[in-house]
Amino acid sequence: MLELENVWKSYRVGSLGSKRLTAVRDVSFTIAPGEVLSVVGESGSGKTTVGKMVLQLISVTRGTIRLDGRDITAAGKRGLREYYRKVQGVFQDPFSSYNPIFKADRVLEMVRQTYFPRVGRSEWQAKVEESLQSVGLDPGAVLGKYPHQLSGGQLQRMLIARALLLDIEVLVADEIISMLDASTRIDVLNLLGELKERGLAVLFVTHDLSLANYISERVIIMRHGAVVETGATAKVFGDPRHPYSRNLLASVPQLHTKWADNQFHAEELEPDGDRDRPPAPLTKVDENHWAAAAG
Amino acid sequence: MTTDATLKSDSVGESRERLYFAFRNPKVVIGLAIVLGLLLVGLIAPLLLSAEPTQQFDAKSASPSGEHWFGTTYFGNDVFTQFAYGIRSSFMVGALGGGIAFVIGLTVGFTAGYRGGLVDEFLNMLTNVVLVLPALVVLIVLSTYLENRGPVSQAIIIGVFSWPWVARAVRAQTFTLRNRDYVDLAKLSGKRAPQIIVREVMPNMASYLLMSVILLFGGAILFAAMLDFIGLGPTDSISLGSMMQQSMAWSALHLGLWWWFVPPGLAITAIVGGLYITNVGLDEVFNPKLREM
Ligand SMILES: Nc1ncnc2c1ncn2[C@@H]1O[C@H](COP(=O)(O)OP(=O)(O)OP(=O)(O)O)[C@@H](O)[C@H]1O
Ligand SMILES: [Mg+2]
Repeated sequence: MLELENVWKSYRVGSLGSKRLTAVRDVSFTIAPGEVLSVVGESGSGKTTVGKMVLQLISVTRGTIRLDGRDITAAGKRGLREYYRKVQGVFQDPFSSYNPIFKADRVLEMVRQTYFPRVGRSEWQAKVEESLQSVGLDPGAVLGKYPHQLSGGQLQRMLIARALLLDIEVLVADEIISMLDASTRIDVLNLLGELKERGLAVLFVTHDLSLANYISERVIIMRHGAVVETGATAKVFGDPRHPYSRNLLASVPQLHTKWADNQFHAEELEPDGDRDRPPAPLTKVDENHWAAAAG
Repeated sequence: MTTDATLKSDSVGESRERLYFAFRNPKVVIGLAIVLGLLLVGLIAPLLLSAEPTQQFDAKSASPSGEHWFGTTYFGNDVFTQFAYGIRSSFMVGALGGGIAFVIGLTVGFTAGYRGGLVDEFLNMLTNVVLVLPALVVLIVLSTYLENRGPVSQAIIIGVFSWPWVARAVRAQTFTLRNRDYVDLAKLSGKRAPQIIVREVMPNMASYLLMSVILLFGGAILFAAMLDFIGLGPTDSISLGSMMQQSMAWSALHLGLWWWFVPPGLAITAIVGGLYITNVGLDEVFNPKLREM
């Protein structure tokens, strides 16, 4: 179980860190094993920042992140290594996730170096092949190739296979399918569905509301670094309470309507204010459904 | 998207291809030939010569002949012997001074670029201070303080003052490279910062680093020659710059002893020129990649 409790993140910007940019404000949520939690929201709302904090690629300014009850920010370098045994990530751009001058399967080899230094060659080979097959890749077709010789979908799946070499409990997937075409998309999405069935907790960051709706049972909507609405996917998408959520949902083009038919009028939203102030608190509006007051 | 992929990533298997192109580039070949040829003279000739550079022959101010290839000086030293030892010393100072500058520049640049934040602010300040220090003035002051100046102390002084521009460029490139997702992925694989810098960041700027080494090497040789020429060279050994300084001090030009100062002058010009030509050639070979970064 992954828990975030009142997590804040401020970046230092400007010379000598003179200014601060608060990117994440007072975010709390939990993800249980076998659950996919989607995080949606406009560009710059802090989604990636949340994912990177969970992966400990950036520090937490305030608040705590716990895995199975243990505070992960307190773990040292050693503890971090053990943490990555359980928590892994896959990023948006498959091409930038691979160092272009090395063969793609080096990402798998690095896992062996750190986590399985004593495993024999043939045993490791078998483990790699099994893991590649489990994400629907043909080992013969992807091993020994350079990143540019593989497709985005293959690369992205190899990254998932890499994560599966470890006994992970949590996967942070930051827009992992936004750069894939529609048919590859659904394959990777279904793969996530299978992983969920096997008990993996997934933090699924996306721009795409229909993807969030398809894959997750719970969703978080973020704006200006804070959570504006959260709850069961059906509740939040079926009956959005926050004006920002309503705008977001209304702005998704429907397959059977044309632009001319009904033009969408956005509701007036509160402008971005002082980000160091605590955001409007979430209140329960229904069973499994919370929304922030729109001020 | 697939076309995008092929466009972006023809950078693979390229290092071997580049090597091939490098050796077909006339500038690289000519430049390297000059530099390596002189290096051979500096390495081999001193072993074969029986005379010492300080040894004085009876024939003073003799013009080039079969016995004294490059003639002798006003004091009867064999100019070719001095020339060969001088080349050796110049390469030594270049390698050591350039090497020291490279190591400091790389360390400062990678640390600043990778760590960022306050560490970067501090190192950046240090870099700028050394950059604007009037290096020549400081070198003159330091050199006059050192009673016994050898080529090693000269190289160290040069190295300590010529790293800033490498540090700046390495820092700037590290800044962009450290934000690549593959750096994050290496962290998620439990890799530490030094490993990440060496294995993920450095190979992506290998061409740039190679070119900096060459420029630092040439710069150190030139700097050393200049110090020697103004009389701040090694006190106990011969160098190309000190040959020129001696020849000027004893009015070789007026006495018509051209063989005393022309060979060292040409050698310095050839080494530094050869290195620059090599660099221009390498630039042509590597440039698409540099633009890409
Ligand atoms: N390293 C950084 N230094 C300073 N500010 C940063 C840094 N990284 C992100 N930010 C800022 O933090 C805010 C949140 O960024 P984040 O990447 O989390 O947004 P996002 O929701 O993932 O957006 P997108 O949907 O475009 O990916 C943005 O305003 C961004 O400019
Ligand atoms: Mg993002």
